[in-house]
Amino acid sequence: MIYLELLLGFLRVGCFSFGGAYGAIPLIREVVLSYGWLPEEMLAYMIAVSESSPGPIMVNMATYIGSSQAGLPGAILATLAVVLPAFLIILLIVSLSRRLLKTPYVQAVLGGLKPCVIGIVLATGIDLVLRGVIGSPAAPVVSLKAALLTLILAAILYGYRWLTKKKLSPILLIAAAALLGIAAGA
Amino acid sequence: MPILLELFLTFAKIGLFTFGGGYAMISLIEDVCVDRRGWITHDEMMDITVIAESTPGPIAINCATFVGYRRGGVLGAVLATFGVVLPSFVIIFLIAQVLDNFLAIPLIAHAFGGIKLAVGLLILDAGLNMMRKMKKKLLPRLILLLSCAAMLAVNLFAWNFSSVTLMLAAGAVGLVCFLAGGEGRRGGGEGR
Repeated sequence: MIYLELLLGFLRVGCFSFGGAYGAIPLIREVVLSYGWLPEEMLAYMIAVSESSPGPIMVNMATYIGSSQAGLPGAILATLAVVLPAFLIILLIVSLSRRLLKTPYVQAVLGGLKPCVIGIVLATGIDLVLRGVIGSPAAPVVSLKAALLTLILAAILYGYRWLTKKKLSPILLIAAAALLGIAAGA
Repeated sequence: MPILLELFLTFAKIGLFTFGGGYAMISLIEDVCVDRRGWITHDEMMDITVIAESTPGPIAINCATFVGYRRGGVLGAVLATFGVVLPSFVIIFLIAQVLDNFLAIPLIAHAFGGIKLAVGLLILDAGLNMMRKMKKKLLPRLILLLSCAAMLAVNLFAWNFSSVTLMLAAGAVGLVCFLAGGEGRRGGGEGR
């Protein structure tokens, strides 16, 4: 049943998404692909839309995916599920003990968990960039156009940072990518 | 204005006007809740930032729940959290109704063809930034390398394996190494 799947899937995201929105994206991708809710392409579009709209990115993705699968009730359910674990954990910490997280045992577990999350985020990034250029690894076809666009976008991202010593806003990179996509497609 | 209504409206405004997710929100929350309204102290804000980074879920939700509870108990926490979620819920729900039709327009489809490539780069870049801020010690580096390699293999060969299993294993490794190293006696085992 789709409602139960949305609830369970997004509770899993809510319980295990350490490291903010980017830490959550691999997990959301895994949940969405394993339930077969959306194709990989749509998911990438949705990440871009969530990134470019106001509000918490993880919440945006939950609302979107819930709505695409089961309308308004699905959107409400998925959003609640992704918010609830964080809400309850914070209530627990502020009402019981704020020292809880500072105990050496919790710190030791987090010390192992955090680098793992970073590794997963890196693997997802590498995987998505590769898929953008060669398509599915099962039947790779190198797209020169996609490779060139990826290089130009990387040059914009890192060139801006190198020149201004500031980070380029993700929304600006997405806007640049949209223009490049239109130029390449026309 | 009653505090509960004020909490709801303040966080709804924060939810409506911050782009870029949780980290962008932290500075706005600090500006409003610490500097302007004095709802929480600067130290509490630092505290909540650390807590948010060590607990799962959206960072904005962590902050809203914390501030809401401080000022208005459980009901305050509910209203602040509801406030921060509501604007983007409405906006995204409306976008979701039209995106499929949008994608049928060739121009928009081409644009998203480019956007798809940018999303991969943004995720890769976020991972690299997280890596740069990580503690430069052997164990975290090893865990990072192995996790990355494992997930790449999972993606490449389309294995049926959840990253949650990997995260739980990494947490267990952290705990076991800590217990075996007896770092507890040195008090926390933080730093290099």
